[in-house]
Amino acid sequence: MVKGRQGERVRLYVRGTILGYKRSKSNQYENTSLVQIEGVNTKEVAWYCGKRMVYIYKAKTKTKGTRYRCIWGKVARPHGNSGVIRAKFKSNLPPKSMGRRVRVFMYPSNI
Amino acid sequence: MAPTKKERTASRNPSLVRGIGKFSRSKMYHKRGIWAIKAKHGGSFPRHEPKPASAPPPAVKPPKFYPADDVKTPIPNRRKPKPTKLRASITPGTVLILLAGRFMGKRVVFLKQLPSGLLLVTGPFMINGVPLRRVNQAYVIATSTKVDLSGVNVDKFDDKYFTKEKKKTTKKGEGEFFETDKEETKALPQEKKDDQKAVDSQLIKAIEAVEDLKAFTQPRRNKMQKTTHYQLPAVVRRYECYLPDSTSGA
Repeated sequence: MVKGRQGERVRLYVRGTILGYKRSKSNQYENTSLVQIEGVNTKEVAWYCGKRMVYIYKAKTKTKGTRYRCIWGKVARPHGNSGVIRAKFKSNLPPKSMGRRVRVFMYPSNI
Repeated sequence: MAPTKKERTASRNPSLVRGIGKFSRSKMYHKRGIWAIKAKHGGSFPRHEPKPASAPPPAVKPPKFYPADDVKTPIPNRRKPKPTKLRASITPGTVLILLAGRFMGKRVVFLKQLPSGLLLVTGPFMINGVPLRRVNQAYVIATSTKVDLSGVNVDKFDDKYFTKEKKKTTKKGEGEFFETDKEETKALPQEKKDDQKAVDSQLIKAIEAVEDLKAFTQPRRNKMQKTTHYQLPAVVRRYECYLPDSTSGA
């Protein structure tokens, strides 16, 4: 991970919350998750499309030297009118991720 | 005839349908002027002397093996990949913000695009510890601040400069097999350090010419945390309002 970084910790990602899976009343589609990006509403969501995001969780055993594991994904498209986005992850998010944090990065950047 | 003849670009026989020309053979004979060439050369079309018969080529042995099926040879690939198209906001001398990797969050000066499409970038090393490095365009935000690169010579850097040197595989004897692999710590060769210094010394002068830019590229507390990132272009340009030289972009 981060090698002995002194001083500032830059947060080059936006925080997001996993709301759950894409679903209708009684059917859910786990291949797509819904994510609420902090501080973002309708008009700005489009900027985030295509940005990569990661769900980070801890496990008991150490793999590759660390107990942290992650699932990478991408912002696929906006969901509805209120700034929620649909995200597709490399493997479906586990249900315990609902309500938890996701990091939405600024890359691939187009600025 | 006339001093220079213009090369004829189109065929004298326009095609009506593919494979069928407008004019018949006899008409074409006339159009091409074969009659005039013959008349000029005394009644017959000029020919070359037949080439002297060379020795017959060495006899080719019939192949021992004929494959049962005709194998199609693939068409040779003549494609030459171009470097990725560079975003309009990234021009040599632009200050970039790195978004990922070891140096994420650092502001860095863009030098040039390498033939592989990656961007050549430097801290400069003295200012923020980022050496001459390659970076992908997608992992970078371009600010509107530019540094003058006229004093900097970047011609010698290309992708080969950055490739890892191949390790020589030495055969291990039995005794050595059980010892742990001693990894040779690679100290950066002196010439690379010199290259870095050469580029940086020119660059630092250019950076000091732009007021406040040195402070901008130096590591400092990141004020971006409070703003959301879609506002980022505005934020980045907000910093640049402190820099008198910068031009505001869309």
